[in-house]
Amino acid sequence: MHRRPARVLAASAAALTAVTLSACASERDDSGGGDSAEGQSGGTMVFGAAGDPAMFDPAFASDGETFRIARQIHEGLFTTEAGGTELVPALAEDYSVSEDGLEYTFELRDGVTFHDGTDFNAEAVCFNFDRWHNFEGLAQSPSASYYYQAVFGGFADSEDPGIYESCEAVDENTAVVRFNQVTSKIPAALSLPAFSIQSPTALQEYDADNLSGSEDALTYTEYALEHPTGTGPFRFESWDRGNGEVTIVRNEDYWGEPALLDEIIFRTIPDGNTRRQELQAGTIDGYDFVAPADYASLQEEGFQILVRDPFNILYLGFNHGNVPGTNANPALQDIRVRQAIAHAIDRETIVNSLLPEGAEVAINFMPPTVDGWTEDVQTYEYDPERARQLLEEAGAVGTTLRFYYPTDVSRPYLPDPAAMFQVISEDLQEVGLQIEPVALQWNPDYLQAVQSGQADIHLLGWTGDYNDAYNFIGTFFAEDQNNQASAEFGAFSAPEIFQALAQADAEPDPAARIELYQAANQLIKEFLPAVPISHSPPALVVAENVQGLEPSPLTAEDFSTVYLED
Amino acid sequence: MLRFIVRRLLQLIPILLGLSVLLFAWLRALPGGPARAALGERATPEAIARYNELFGLDQPIWVQYLRFLGRALTLDFGSSTQYGRPVTEVFLERFPGTIELTVFAMVFAVGVGIPLGYLAARRYGSFLDSASVVGSLIGVAIPVFFLAYLFRLLFAVELGWLPGSGRQDVRIDATRVTNFYVLDGLLTGEWDAAWDAVLHLILPAIALGTIPLAIIVRITRASVLDVVNEDYVRTANAKGLATSTVRRRHVIRNALLPVSTTIGLQTGLLLSGAVLTETVFAFGGVGLTLRDAITYRDFAVLQGFILMLAVVYVLVNLLVDISYGLLDPRVRAR
Repeated sequence: MHRRPARVLAASAAALTAVTLSACASERDDSGGGDSAEGQSGGTMVFGAAGDPAMFDPAFASDGETFRIARQIHEGLFTTEAGGTELVPALAEDYSVSEDGLEYTFELRDGVTFHDGTDFNAEAVCFNFDRWHNFEGLAQSPSASYYYQAVFGGFADSEDPGIYESCEAVDENTAVVRFNQVTSKIPAALSLPAFSIQSPTALQEYDADNLSGSEDALTYTEYALEHPTGTGPFRFESWDRGNGEVTIVRNEDYWGEPALLDEIIFRTIPDGNTRRQELQAGTIDGYDFVAPADYASLQEEGFQILVRDPFNILYLGFNHGNVPGTNANPALQDIRVRQAIAHAIDRETIVNSLLPEGAEVAINFMPPTVDGWTEDVQTYEYDPERARQLLEEAGAVGTTLRFYYPTDVSRPYLPDPAAMFQVISEDLQEVGLQIEPVALQWNPDYLQAVQSGQADIHLLGWTGDYNDAYNFIGTFFAEDQNNQASAEFGAFSAPEIFQALAQADAEPDPAARIELYQAANQLIKEFLPAVPISHSPPALVVAENVQGLEPSPLTAEDFSTVYLED
Repeated sequence: MLRFIVRRLLQLIPILLGLSVLLFAWLRALPGGPARAALGERATPEAIARYNELFGLDQPIWVQYLRFLGRALTLDFGSSTQYGRPVTEVFLERFPGTIELTVFAMVFAVGVGIPLGYLAARRYGSFLDSASVVGSLIGVAIPVFFLAYLFRLLFAVELGWLPGSGRQDVRIDATRVTNFYVLDGLLTGEWDAAWDAVLHLILPAIALGTIPLAIIVRITRASVLDVVNEDYVRTANAKGLATSTVRRRHVIRNALLPVSTTIGLQTGLLLSGAVLTETVFAFGGVGLTLRDAITYRDFAVLQGFILMLAVVYVLVNLLVDISYGLLDPRVRAR
């Protein structure tokens, strides 16, 4: 009586088993065929990315996933040494600077061709500089040409056209770039992927600058989506957007050491746990931004954790209460209260218990590898007794501070915001302060709130773009407007700091510039607009057989040296 | 019937208008806004102002709305700030994935749910019955992402039987025609690509199908229990019809009416974006896209996708109503 439905069930169960069993066979075949057993050269590597790239014209990019791929396809005049932050030549073999610091002469590498077969030369370099300077319309959006605006200031048709003046191709291999103002950002910033030199022929053919598709929305060009053409060790092959995979293949005509891998596939896997499981299942060969909590267990399973040198800073920011319409606690205007907070935080313990191995206590607002860092600053050692005393002197015992921290995020400098909040809160309560916690979702809620001056104290940080002090302390503490700093720090007014930063940035002599930055760091630590907490090392993980990947503090890994061992 | 369909389609117009107003207001009430999301950690107020000016976000909301409406009439929903491509293009690329996933999930839920629910009802009070009731409760209660990690750990990491995420093996160089990967493989004769796409659907479909499965089991069970006690079933049995005929013609057919409503509603829900499932399985459908769009405050994608999904939802429910007609002559007559 009951047999028929039972058979239906049994049949569907049998079908399911059949499917899973043949799945087993098919999967094995696929992965077996893909992974090369040829040793040093050849093979395909699949790398798990946390997000899709935006597109492949790095002049319009500012995000890490886009840059990771762009760095393999494109090259700029300079790059950074493997595993470090030192500037080394790439497409420029050498350069010289005029006495006044305004004119840069770049000696270019000979015998380099773009992926479309056209020649790389001084004209191509100038074409790219002029291209950036002449961006129009939506290409001027800060979301598109972010880095050009950050480094060069403005465009040809802007009110303030910025620091770029001209570029001249003196001969085939010599380009002279003139600026109208000295800046410490050049040449270090030229190592950013945003300043890659791309093929003028391809840029023109595929309409690379015509960013405005419909009236009020940004539409990327055919060049950026389908035809990026650089000089790098890999060429762009395809982007399967639906399946979230970007394929790049070896550039056989590369001017330097050719890449070892035949092909790299970057596969988007947004969820961190999924990336980890895919690595364990062997379907990807590595991924970035490993959760520190996973280090030990992944290592036990035979995976390699590649820890980068820390190139970031986490700080606890103070609100000085000068932003109209916000109600910051005025107690923070008292230097003694800020000093008390600095003395109250046990940063040594934070680094040892909350951050991955290799993390360091920060005493400047930039990592020690950046020129301008100095030991000779006030360090505000952990001293709860002194903190209590300072609070008492300031009459601020029992003051309530709204402490903002982000949720749903793990930043390289802040792997676990809630835990960090917890520990610092306890330290502050210990010396007699009251804490009112405010947790917000990272982007845009949290960033919006703290950067418009809503918080009394807050956690934030920064990973450097390139080896330059201004990229750290200038980003945080330079004058914003009306002789005041940014709203994030409550628009404090400290003309001596603003002046020191501007002066250092405009100093053409590197040695003198370092001293000026050291002096600026001392001033900042005296004024204490925030407390530097730590530098924390982010890490990549790769399978046991992946060799030759040098972790870079700037997350600027070069995949051309990677090979798969048998 | 035709009049019924036309009337239902006309009802779409006020629904979409109302929805678009609500959406527009809701999105713009969110804190932050697209400028902040696009410019990230170090956005200066000037940069934000410049961004808003360039993209017309500094204009009064009704001006923005009218402009949006004007374009939407021509099916132009603007460009995604996140992808830098027209929203319609992104939708056509992502929606097939969600349809495939939904179809597989519903085939699983219906294929297992109806027989199981029927069986539980027939063996009312037995162990199988209690097990299916408890099982379906667990099925509804268990979070999809947890199930996803569990499945992947077992079938992908430990056993290596099934792929654990994505829509297709990245090493397969498949031709895309319709963006339905299974269909594309069949159309182009790339059998391995089609088969691989099927394998990639199994785990997410089961994870996604658990909740509809549980609901279908319960509804089927309850509905069959109702129907077997009806007078007409007793009459049919009494007049000596074969048991199988009574079951087929009188029990199953009548019991399926409420089940088909449930299937329709559930399908609509799944199509409108299996956000969690698609995220944990890195499955490039509309759910994953919507999740990113909320994070990035990608207004164009949110507006376009949600409106297009509303149309789909209404259409699916229309299909359900039409299927009523096929199952129930009384509805057809009206």
